[in-house]
Amino acid sequence: MYLTKEEEKMLDGEYGLAIQKAIQILVAIGDIFEAEYLINIESAQISGVSYYNIGDAGLEFLEEFSNLNAKVVVKSTLNPCGMDLDRWREMGIDQEYYEKQMRIIKAFEKMGVEITCTCTPYFVGNIPRSGSHIAWSESSAVVFANSVLNAKTNREGGPSALASAIIGKTPYYGLHKDENRLPNFLVKIETNLKTNLDFSLLGYTIGRLIPSSIPYIYGLKNYDVDKLKALSAALATSGNISMFHFKGKIKDKLEKLTIDKKELEISREMLSMNGEPDLICIGCPHCSYNEILYLAKAVKKKKLKKNYGLWIWTSKGVFLRAYKHVKILENAGCKVFKDTCMVVYPIKLSGYKHMASNSCKAVNYVASISGLKASLIELSDVFSKFFE
Amino acid sequence: MEFIYKGRGISKFIGEGEAIVSKKPFSFFGGVDPKTGIIIDKNHDLYGESIVGKVFIFPKGKGSTVGSYIIYQLKKNKKHPSAIINKESEPIIAIGCIIAEIPLVDKLEVDPISNIKNGDYLIVDGINGIVRRIIKNEAMGNDKRSSSWLCSHIENRKGCY
Repeated sequence: MYLTKEEEKMLDGEYGLAIQKAIQILVAIGDIFEAEYLINIESAQISGVSYYNIGDAGLEFLEEFSNLNAKVVVKSTLNPCGMDLDRWREMGIDQEYYEKQMRIIKAFEKMGVEITCTCTPYFVGNIPRSGSHIAWSESSAVVFANSVLNAKTNREGGPSALASAIIGKTPYYGLHKDENRLPNFLVKIETNLKTNLDFSLLGYTIGRLIPSSIPYIYGLKNYDVDKLKALSAALATSGNISMFHFKGKIKDKLEKLTIDKKELEISREMLSMNGEPDLICIGCPHCSYNEILYLAKAVKKKKLKKNYGLWIWTSKGVFLRAYKHVKILENAGCKVFKDTCMVVYPIKLSGYKHMASNSCKAVNYVASISGLKASLIELSDVFSKFFE
Repeated sequence: MEFIYKGRGISKFIGEGEAIVSKKPFSFFGGVDPKTGIIIDKNHDLYGESIVGKVFIFPKGKGSTVGSYIIYQLKKNKKHPSAIINKESEPIIAIGCIIAEIPLVDKLEVDPISNIKNGDYLIVDGINGIVRRIIKNEAMGNDKRSSSWLCSHIENRKGCY
């Protein structure tokens, strides 16, 4: 890979150990993927924050790395951590876990990363310009950024996004190159999509059937930001998909895939478990302001039935803006947590046994890693069955 | 008998040790105990074996990116492999090796999994992307001086354990 004189100096350690390590990481990735050179990025989104996920191994590395005086040089935001930074006790988190999680947060803070703790950086001010190069980890945000915001990023891991944030560059390969961003599959939808769950199921189904594609989803209707967010998250859950198209014209003749109601039902079946859910989780990816507003309207003057939980997950940014509606939700018996989510918080500590969500991503990961049962649920069923 | 294989140096350090070879893609997260360096993945062909001080050879990495941090933790606990050889590297293993300063070489001119045997003595030069393989036979089997003797034959001895 070609390096500028300045980059060579970084690699030789002239700017210290932190910069040397960071550029070593970028050069290694560039070598692996045969990138020609490094390009400047405008922002980074860094995953690998939850103590529950990265453990003592990640904590030790991040702490020691931050002590080398590593500093980010572009706008850098953070993925959810493993607890609500204020209401952790309510979630069953103990003192030791809390302290270790805080050491991870402090390490990122020291490096200059904004403690946004959300998988939806685009709702809290990290909105890349159309056409800009970025280095984002968090697979749902990667798909959203490439497909909806038209920014360019590969699917980074936490450490590579952090290295990019420190150098301000990323290897030029993959989805940074326009020729690699063209669709290679035409997906035709032969069913009506109405709810966020429908869009999530569509994404999960596409990822399941063509896991390594860049699909052009033809005839996508009734979409809004929240539905595209749900679709993005699900595409990256069942598949390696980092980008889709849903607008504009296509020139090339593409291989076709038709998705009908039956295919969506197969996905729904795959994400179902026997038994009655006792905990409803909404907010994977984190709820937008509009979603909080919608939920608050739906449960106003109602009360959640006893022995059930309805936990809503969002970013601190949205939480503060929607505070009035958060209060309505809390009065109806719901809990609105920020900074974390059902996937990266050890949800076993909630004491519930069976989670249901309108997000395929949430159900997929809770079922596989948490020890809780997990199933899909429509929001309309939540309001009719769990409230009085 | 000695062979020299050329490949690609991904993590630019030097290390040596006995080979331990696996046919399966490997996840350090959930695959190895960072306190002992013993493989704990029950579905792995090296289940129960130690990778400490050895040259760990497997096709490629897989699984969570937390795997990079586990490699770092192995190093801190001094339970790390002395080098890694992959058929084809991917970022999880590459980043782990870089932050832990463990040599990583891939894309050797021969298939390392079918050519290198458990117990072969390897010197892995991640700077130049070269692997030297000393085949254990009766004449060399108990030759304790081989390690330091071989080390002195490498130009750059930094990182030589």
